[in-house]
Amino acid sequence: MSDSIDRDTFDHLVGLAALELDQQQADYLLRELNNQLKAIRELAAIPLDESVPASLHGVPYVSSVSPELREDVWQPHPNPEEIIAQAPDTRDGYIVVPDIPHTTLD
Amino acid sequence: MELCDIPAYELSLLLRQKQISAEEITRACLERIDAVDGRSGALDSGSLTPEDEQKVHAFITITRESALNQARAVDQKLAAGDDPGLLAGIPFTTKDIFCVRGTPSTAASRILANYTAPYTATPVTRMEAAGAVMLGKVNLDEFTYGSSNESSAFQPAPRNPWNPAHVPGGSSGGSASSVAAGEAALSLGTDTAGSIRQPAAFCGVVGVKPTYGRVSRYGLIAFGSSLDCPGPVARNVVDAALMLQVIAGADPRDSTAANVPVPDYLAQLDGGVKGLRIGLSPDYFRIAFPDPQTGEYREQPLPVDIETPVLRAAEVLASLGAEIVEDVPMPNTRYGIPAYFVISRVEAASNLHRYDGVKYGYRTPQRTGDLTKLYRQTRNEGFGLQPKLRILMGMYVSAAQYSAQYYQRALRVRTLIRRDFEQAFDRSGKYRLDALLTPTTPTTAFKMGAVYGDSVLMQYADQLTVPANHAGIPGLSLPGGLDAERLPVGIQLLGPDFSEDMLLRIGRAYELATQTEDWRKVKPLVLR
Repeated sequence: MSDSIDRDTFDHLVGLAALELDQQQADYLLRELNNQLKAIRELAAIPLDESVPASLHGVPYVSSVSPELREDVWQPHPNPEEIIAQAPDTRDGYIVVPDIPHTTLD
Repeated sequence: MELCDIPAYELSLLLRQKQISAEEITRACLERIDAVDGRSGALDSGSLTPEDEQKVHAFITITRESALNQARAVDQKLAAGDDPGLLAGIPFTTKDIFCVRGTPSTAASRILANYTAPYTATPVTRMEAAGAVMLGKVNLDEFTYGSSNESSAFQPAPRNPWNPAHVPGGSSGGSASSVAAGEAALSLGTDTAGSIRQPAAFCGVVGVKPTYGRVSRYGLIAFGSSLDCPGPVARNVVDAALMLQVIAGADPRDSTAANVPVPDYLAQLDGGVKGLRIGLSPDYFRIAFPDPQTGEYREQPLPVDIETPVLRAAEVLASLGAEIVEDVPMPNTRYGIPAYFVISRVEAASNLHRYDGVKYGYRTPQRTGDLTKLYRQTRNEGFGLQPKLRILMGMYVSAAQYSAQYYQRALRVRTLIRRDFEQAFDRSGKYRLDALLTPTTPTTAFKMGAVYGDSVLMQYADQLTVPANHAGIPGLSLPGGLDAERLPVGIQLLGPDFSEDMLLRIGRAYELATQTEDWRKVKPLVLR
């Protein structure tokens, strides 16, 4: 396993996470991430043979306890204006945002 | 005894006998809040005063008027001879991680501070439909990320009613402290790694983490979607059973809410423990944690003050006819926290992507040239350090190049943790346990400021509670005594899937058998 998160990897993660940090925050977060990684590294020592599957949930989803999925039918919200009104900036029932940057894909 | 100190079940009887009114109960709780709570948590609230340091600060929002209206509606129903519901007139608080229509639903985060929920979470809807009276929304660690409540963006953070210099635990710290201080009879909390049971233990109250899927998550602001469980905080086991009765059950709005019939928890409560097999595991009487200085793993036994009440409880249960099974191996307990560091962070990072300053919640007031900049500035200003830490770790351990060694591996370790419980509870296995009896926490409530900032040490407060979240099984924490500093010690019962009825029954038997013990007569400091 890689030993620790270096500054370049950290900066990359900050970008992916859509965050922007000042130096003090960045220093704290990088230190804590690496401390947590030390604890996580305990996992490497556990003998896991190939037969051990991953569990996405503790309680298994089996048909006897899982409700049937709802029918996929459109149900209009009684008051969509109330939902739109939660947005920080709206105009004519639309949510307003600044320019969406365009990138040209290779 | 004041009305606000009377347990929910007894209040319910008095109300039905028309000896008291729902409005009187609500007013008694509001007066208690005025007397002990101090100022409610708020953003940018300035520095702490000496008076603040003596108060509980459980609340973010007190819904005084709507509570009184709800109480009057119950009284009108009673006067008209209508059935007012199982929880009629019982005051409760809601952890501010649940959406409740028309209330600020903040998750104790700046990023949701201005968000007013347009709908109500299913457990709250069910409480209110059963006649319960919501007094307000209580504080928590930001987005539930912590074990002390100190990370809330809404300060002053809650304090422990047993000694306000100590933390109430977390993340349901406002829930546990409001119930312990007699501000409410019940509280709705959530438990992702121990967030109901740990503060319940620290505050000397009862907390139930139901089986995953027993209680709907609809309207709960998500942290770890495969781990989150809403559940009751109460002053005794009967009240916890009463509340679970109301909130449990399938929900067409949550496809992970299990389609399993809800038993009559109250009817079975006094069934006793005769013939039940209750296990003790050495793996729950030691903790393994990284040394704060060197990072080396150290294993040490639990403090005597924590161990003794659990062994005492085993003796009490044995004297009532239970069979105590010792030396049950739970070897993967120690991997609960490392696996949780991975799984919960991946789920948290995923759940936190929705907060972007566009659809609802906080948006940076700075003028930004483009949308990417808006996202970044909004999230930087809106999230505190603990959400940021979880987002970054979640992204790292689930990145394509690291996923196999971290995330996939943690999910497989989760299988091992689940297997420990399956073997212990297997009806035809070696141990055939009905429940496992353990301490709830490795320590009693620590001092404010003693752990906060060290995100690793803080997480290890959940070492004895998190295995149940990985496995999905139910857990119950109940008061087991006081330590040398007169701070509460919690004992924990863990059982197989959907065995809440059994855990409540064992808890009730213990509670009844120890009802007259001296430690139960000691009151929290803020009430002395």
